Amino acid sequence: MSDAWIAVIVVGAATIVLKSVGPVLLGGRPLPEHLTGVVALLAPALLAALVVTQVAGGDEEIVLDARLVGLGAAIVAILLRAPLLVVVIAAAASTAVVRLFT
Amino acid sequence: MSPGYRDGARKIAPIGVAAFAFAVSFGVLAKASGIGSVEAIVMSLTTFAGSAQFAVASILGAAGGVVSAIAAATLLNARYAPISVSVAPVLTGSRLRRLLESQLIVDESWAMSRRPDGHFDGKLLVGGGLALYACWNTGTVVGVLAGDALGDPADLGLDAAFPALFLALLVPQVRTRRALAAAVLGATIALALLPFTPAGVPIVAAAAACLIGWRRP
Repeated sequence: MSDAWIAVIVVGAATIVLKSVGPVLLGGRPLPEHLTGVVALLAPALLAALVVTQVAGGDEEIVLDARLVGLGAAIVAILLRAPLLVVVIAAAASTAVVRLFT
Repeated sequence: MSPGYRDGARKIAPIGVAAFAFAVSFGVLAKASGIGSVEAIVMSLTTFAGSAQFAVASILGAAGGVVSAIAAATLLNARYAPISVSVAPVLTGSRLRRLLESQLIVDESWAMSRRPDGHFDGKLLVGGGLALYACWNTGTVVGVLAGDALGDPADLGLDAAFPALFLALLVPQVRTRRALAAAVLGATIALALLPFTPAGVPIVAAAAACLIGWRRP
């Protein structure tokens, strides 16, 4: 089985379970309070890590290239409150243009 | 369909347009990361959670291991456990029905169904979730087809689309000082490990930053 299929099946199954924790598994009971604070911070920590690794990640090294220009364009678009799709296109287009001329 | 469900679908329509576009970009980027068309479509049908799906595509695309991809995506979706707990009182009916309806929980349908008094409206949640589910999956199919027609992903700057996307998803998450601290710490851990570990590992390790939210039981 390909890596992609393994990821699709395992992540899909895990997500189905996670989304049903409250309505099915716990049947309406609350989560332990000390856990909710930790879980709430998972998304910001992981998304920030994804930004860093996707913009500067290389083959086990830090690589700074045209992607940085794309991230800069994305920051401007986010500050201007542009919709998500515009943010993504601004990043891709500016990176593509830099690559075209370097 | 009772008015409650339809209200949910109507109310979420503007977000549905954005979700459709977002799903198109998932389809395109999944293809650019070497994920097959059928895999990408099945993933949208079963996982139905944007940031986790993009995490899998980006880690597999960067030749990170499948274990890292699964761990990062599962940790990203861990938030759905407390979110699902919050709406459990309004998802009633048989076990099967609750299981199916709970799959329609995504950040947007959940946020929209929250009433000013802090309680949730189950019909808004399910109606809105169904509409988003339809947008998300048709968008993925369109993206996968478009991805086949596009050229070299690097020439198009698609690799730069990933950090931009994750940043756009991150910004609304850092509303509190604690969340900002977790984000800064997570980014620092990832950057520190980047030169020494295979792709994917820095992301999973960054999850440790969430421990600053631990409260003594």
